[in-house]
Amino acid sequence: MTLAVLLIVLPLIGAVLCLGVSERAAKTVGLIASLVVLAAATLLAFEFPAWTTGAFWPNEEGWKLFTAFGVEFRLGTDAVGMLLIILTAVLIPCSMLVSFSAITQRQRGFYAQFLFMESAVMLAFLARDVILFYIGYEFTLVPLFLIVAIWGGQDRRPAAIKLWVYSFVGSVISLVGFIYLAAGHATDTGTPINFSVQTLVEYGQTLPASTQWWVFLAIMGGFAVKVPFVPVHSWLPLAHGEAPTAGSVVLAGVVIKIGQYGALRFAFPMAPEGALALAPFFAALALIGILGMSLVCWVQNDVKRLVAYSSIAHMGLALLAMFAFNVVGMEGGILYMVNHGLSTAGMFMCIGIMYERYHTKDMEVVGGLMQRMPVWSVFMVFFAMASLALPGLNGFVSEFLCLMGIYTADAGMKTGFPGILGPTYAFLAALALILGALYVLRMLQKFVFGPLREPSHGHGGHDSHGAHGHGNHAAHTIQDVNFREILAMAPLAIACIVIGIWPNPILNVIEPCAANAVAPYVKLIERDLANPPRATADDSATKAAAAPAADKGAIQ
Amino acid sequence: MNTMTPAILAASTNLGPKFMLIAPEAVLFAGAVLCAVMGLSHARAFRAMVPWIAVVALIATFVTMLKMWTPEAATAAQLPMPMLGKYIIALLCVVGVGHVLASIGSVDRAVERQVASGTGAFDPVRVIQGEFYAFILLSLCGGMLLCHATDLVWLFLAFELCSLPTYVLVAIGRGADRSMEAAIKYFFLGAMSTATLLLGFAFLYGATGTLELSAMRESFQMQAQTGGIGSVAIVGMLLAVIGICFKLAAVPMHFYAPDVYEGASSPVAAFISFVPKVQGFVTLIVLLGTVGWSANGDSSIPPVIAAVLWMIAVLTMTLGNIGALLQRSAKRMLAYSSIANSGYMLVGILAGPTIGIDATLLYLLTYGVANLATFGSLAAIERNGHEVDSIDDLAGLRVRAPMVAAALAIGALSLTGIPPLLGFWGKLDLFVSSAESHQRTLLVIMALNSGVAAFYYLRLVAMPFVQEPTPRTQGVSPVPSVWPRLSALIFAAGCIALPFFANQLKGEAAAAARTDLDKQATVAQSVEK
Repeated sequence: MTLAVLLIVLPLIGAVLCLGVSERAAKTVGLIASLVVLAAATLLAFEFPAWTTGAFWPNEEGWKLFTAFGVEFRLGTDAVGMLLIILTAVLIPCSMLVSFSAITQRQRGFYAQFLFMESAVMLAFLARDVILFYIGYEFTLVPLFLIVAIWGGQDRRPAAIKLWVYSFVGSVISLVGFIYLAAGHATDTGTPINFSVQTLVEYGQTLPASTQWWVFLAIMGGFAVKVPFVPVHSWLPLAHGEAPTAGSVVLAGVVIKIGQYGALRFAFPMAPEGALALAPFFAALALIGILGMSLVCWVQNDVKRLVAYSSIAHMGLALLAMFAFNVVGMEGGILYMVNHGLSTAGMFMCIGIMYERYHTKDMEVVGGLMQRMPVWSVFMVFFAMASLALPGLNGFVSEFLCLMGIYTADAGMKTGFPGILGPTYAFLAALALILGALYVLRMLQKFVFGPLREPSHGHGGHDSHGAHGHGNHAAHTIQDVNFREILAMAPLAIACIVIGIWPNPILNVIEPCAANAVAPYVKLIERDLANPPRATADDSATKAAAAPAADKGAIQ
Repeated sequence: MNTMTPAILAASTNLGPKFMLIAPEAVLFAGAVLCAVMGLSHARAFRAMVPWIAVVALIATFVTMLKMWTPEAATAAQLPMPMLGKYIIALLCVVGVGHVLASIGSVDRAVERQVASGTGAFDPVRVIQGEFYAFILLSLCGGMLLCHATDLVWLFLAFELCSLPTYVLVAIGRGADRSMEAAIKYFFLGAMSTATLLLGFAFLYGATGTLELSAMRESFQMQAQTGGIGSVAIVGMLLAVIGICFKLAAVPMHFYAPDVYEGASSPVAAFISFVPKVQGFVTLIVLLGTVGWSANGDSSIPPVIAAVLWMIAVLTMTLGNIGALLQRSAKRMLAYSSIANSGYMLVGILAGPTIGIDATLLYLLTYGVANLATFGSLAAIERNGHEVDSIDDLAGLRVRAPMVAAALAIGALSLTGIPPLLGFWGKLDLFVSSAESHQRTLLVIMALNSGVAAFYYLRLVAMPFVQEPTPRTQGVSPVPSVWPRLSALIFAAGCIALPFFANQLKGEAAAAARTDLDKQATVAQSVEK
């Protein structure tokens, strides 16, 4: 419990220290603070007893600060949460390392914002009370907004405002869902209001299907903004495009994972009937996202936006696999969270390092960098391949599991993994693999390989921020990645390889959690199988609905 | 003044239980008189003491209240809501101190400078500081006295004692033509709303034949059992509600707020965005207690009144938020935000006594603290010696006045409802109360509204911290007096620190929301079980 609390408090202390020290010392203090948090997270990981049981730990009640509001300060997490906590603890120091030379203004604030964010994210992953989770989830917005709005690119203001409004409205909608559940529990049982996750999960599952439908729509609808799902995704490419490198790394690696984590932890267990009923709808949205965004990637020349759009497609696949509601799909979806965090964060780091040297992200302007920066190119190709799901790297494991989960989830097939969705969905999602290969290879071909193209002068001309106003790089002064930058990217690369060639440990850890997440659905799916009319009607209707939409996307 | 306190206490012990409870207000009244007198003193040191006399008076009031306001005393005084006064007096004292601090140095600045530099002689006719603080204390005093009301006459007199000084404050706070215009607008509309309220009271009297709140309640219960409450009473209640809406800045009596706030000086705008709200909600709670909220604890406001309140709540929060989106002036924006916040608080009123009133009372506190942090920050800066008004003046404020910028941002984030700041807990409580009273539509409307609000409050965070200073903001600097800054900072710190006392605050609010009849009802229920 102490360690868990420390994980939340230490970054806060670090942030305050950062604000207090001199401008020059801020980066060192920030890095040290984040390393201390990493150490605490490692200790917690060693102390964590529930790696293979899927149980929540420590899960004991802490301070009685907000009990009058029905909020208990109960911290605890399972293996999935632990993985994400470690991912966060690793990504924050790495993202700070790549910012050392990129951020030259208002450094105190910059590093403090990252630590504020780390604290909030840790709280979100550790909370066993929905309001406690919500505090962390919502508070990430403030540092994120400031990071994009202050240290971002040229169009940072509209991007930051869009990020703020979308995320705020989304999370308030989730909050309404939670409050509705908690208030229902309070009135039904005559007890004072209680926001404990355990209570709400147990209560939510007893509700009639029609109520669950609304509850799921509210909770998942809110998280869908963060994931993001297609009609509400447009804030993400903007935010990624304008955020500073470290901001993109943390946004892609950690913050949008809270959305998926929230779906897994709250939306799915609290309203299983609603989830089943709405699964085709969300699956269709995910498919539109996967296919549509892959196509968008194909024509993107801004590398950073390309990765951002691909990230929407990837998260769509992860969520689609979760909506299959069988163990394999759930496992794949969870692993995808971690893997996407690693590979996309790595790609954003590579792009950031390149941007720092050329001040452009346009593939038309800059390319063939293999000749100028060979070591950088190795990393870039490596992370691109990881996100492309090259066998042997981490992406392959999760993507394979996801597709297998979706494929075998057909209710009629006797595969031993009953769920919903099925081969049609898997087929359409697999199309994205081909599209993914297309756009990633196109990017690599233009950007890394081919003839060397460089902007005529180092600044690319369109950088009004003024943060980079130091000297004029002639093209020949462009340096390859330095030791600090390698140090920032290496942990991610190593993790990609380890998970890629030896995924068993991490899968063993995820499996019990996936089984827990699927548990409420097993009975419901069996009931639906025994009672086919409703299921088939739903299924065919949505297939019909999903297919044309997806086709349309493909034709475009 | 402190020497007077024991005398009053001694005297009050001989009087009835009701007079015992007025001791805090008596202390405050003495402070107001002292302020008015000292403000005319020829000695500068004495004049400079006036705000501090006000602060000491408020602290003394607080202490006296803690001493006097015991549950036994309150029950003996037969108040409809025995512990309401304790909460409201504490709230008004604490936030009132902040308002006094935020206004230090803004009144009589030109005159005092002349006197100090020797270019002008002191002229008692030209100074207004004494009156200013006296009126602030009197208005607070009126707000406190509302909680003692057991009949309509008392309610009305306290209501007016709270209102009248605010009209004057708007007029004298700034010394600009615009503030005269604002004051006249505020006064005439205020007078109209008071007339509406009084007409409502007359109808209520006509419908029940009594001015006593408890007798009125019995009469209404009788009527409800024998064929429903009469239409005269309903009309009277609605008229009274509409009269009160003026004080809440709620639809349909909201339109004055932006003009008046803009015309008033920042400290006065802060004051009239908070104290009249407390006044309005206390009156509303006490008044609605006569028709609804029966002994069994559920909300049984007559459906017509509930429907009207529902519409008022929805329109108020929606129009307030939409209006705020369009503003370029910080004060007008905060005026619309204050309209919207009234809408949220009405949700608690609709939810009824046991689950909603405490949420409204808690929200009054969270709103008061965050609002003062925000408005206080505006009062703490000036541009070329004039009040800062446009949001553009706040660009790059972190460079010119970092502490004020931080206080402003924290206040705005708290008003937005970003957890874990104080404002979030107030909003959470209101959300929960509307969900528990099965007001699902209201819950969703309120959630969407707070999404809209997040957009415009963001400007108060983004302008000082994200924007770089512009040539226009060259002349922006903190005001000479340190106290407005300190007040904003203290209340911004409150937004961060008070959540750690959330349990206690909520407990106090819940105790304050308890009516005497509820207590009997819960006893009866527990006996049944």
